[in-house]
Amino acid sequence: MPVLVLASNDLITIEQQLQEKIQQAPEFFKNSPLVFDLHELNSLDLDIDVTKLINTIRKLGLLPIGIRGGLARQNQQALELGIPVHSGHGSRDSGHAASQPGTGAASTEAATASPKQQAPEPEAVPVPQVVAGSTMLLTQPVRSGQRIYAAGDLIILAQVSAGAEILAEGNIHVYGSLRGRALAGVQGNTEARIFCSDLQAELISIAGNYKISEDLNGAVLNQPVQIYLQNHALVIKDI
Amino acid sequence: MARIIVVTSGKGGVGKTTTSAAIAMGLAKKGHKTAVIDFDVGLRNLDLIMGCERRVVYDFVNVINGEATLNQALIRDKNCNQLYILPASQTRDKDALTQEGVGKILDELKKEFKYIVCDSPAGIEKGAHLAMYYADDAFIVTNPEVSSVRDSDRMLGILSSKSRRAEQNEEPIKEYLLLTRYSPERVKLGEMLSVDDVQEILSLHLLGVIPESKSVLNASNSGTPVILDEKSDAGQAYADVIGRYLGEDRPHRFIDEKKGLFGKLFGGR
Repeated sequence: MPVLVLASNDLITIEQQLQEKIQQAPEFFKNSPLVFDLHELNSLDLDIDVTKLINTIRKLGLLPIGIRGGLARQNQQALELGIPVHSGHGSRDSGHAASQPGTGAASTEAATASPKQQAPEPEAVPVPQVVAGSTMLLTQPVRSGQRIYAAGDLIILAQVSAGAEILAEGNIHVYGSLRGRALAGVQGNTEARIFCSDLQAELISIAGNYKISEDLNGAVLNQPVQIYLQNHALVIKDI
Repeated sequence: MARIIVVTSGKGGVGKTTTSAAIAMGLAKKGHKTAVIDFDVGLRNLDLIMGCERRVVYDFVNVINGEATLNQALIRDKNCNQLYILPASQTRDKDALTQEGVGKILDELKKEFKYIVCDSPAGIEKGAHLAMYYADDAFIVTNPEVSSVRDSDRMLGILSSKSRRAEQNEEPIKEYLLLTRYSPERVKLGEMLSVDDVQEILSLHLLGVIPESKSVLNASNSGTPVILDEKSDAGQAYADVIGRYLGEDRPHRFIDEKKGLFGKLFGGR
């Protein structure tokens, strides 16, 4: 589940950055549940109006379902708006801010996904994680302009046309030409991989790390390859 | 059982109306009672290609609005008594069409006709959407160039997700590829995508290749569907398309370069 870690109390900046993030995958973020984390903010002694923050998040089409790391007063404000208070911030190490010095005011863990953020926090997450094994299988071509989202793995037995977009929280397999955009591990799973039998993609991405077709080496184009993440860099290897 | 055929492409100017006129005439000539509907409300063209522009009294929108009956609006073709044309309105726009109204008219036509050909407007907006919504078969008209191919691909996506058959989880629309304005000479020079290139991108059943031909323009100007020009290459190509659609086995022609007289004599083929 996405967690919004605030590093600024400027609501306008937060809204802008959230908006940008949502633009990257509008379908994915639509009505997506969200926990917001004020620990960072409070450690910097920055106050924020929780009511306004919740309204901003809702305005963007996200569903705030929890607050954590808040002060008693902030928790009270959230509770009045029906937002449950999550404990369990203690399990996170305080090095988080240092791990993302350049991301500015707000970052959603789901999309930026440094491995640290993947540390399981069972007590903090009331909603169960996506059940493994929920694989989506498509036998028809994915045409230009179509967008497919799989909550687990995605297997496509046909081609993915230029201008199409396929997203999966798990791995992506394409047993045809991959000409569109393929994004695996969109919830931040850095272990996700993309497999395809003919790489001609416009864009490939794993857990937010992406390459566009211009960056693709000629040696891997039109080849059967697998793509995975190694030390935050995409590796494309033939299979 | 009547079949509704949509002739569509996404991109404009690729030959949808020419194709609609030709295949409607081809089916009618084979003895099947056929209706062809112009969905391009506001940019009415089909009546010109069919040569019936002076006989339009009522149009598609009149029938939808209940201002005329279907029989009043249908125009019988002068060349073939099995073929009827339902023209579009030139004075209205595509918002005059409603999904319900179109559905009602198609249901009524299905009782009387074997084939109903819907000539889609360009684009993917309302007119194009309504033209394909009720279709059973789709003829995707594509020119051998990248933007047309990309638009066709987009259209195929819409056919497989937004049509009535898709929404009601029925058997999907049967999709056929029609490559028009094909010029083997220009393919050889590398100025045009080849049949294989287009097939590779769209992976679709190829129903026919229509060569670029002067006869198409002549036919449009004179208001007779090009399929009636049996001597022309384009006319023959459309006749092949109809044959294949109706289940005949006809080899593809007009894909390779034309050979001159000496080529024919000495080419060894």
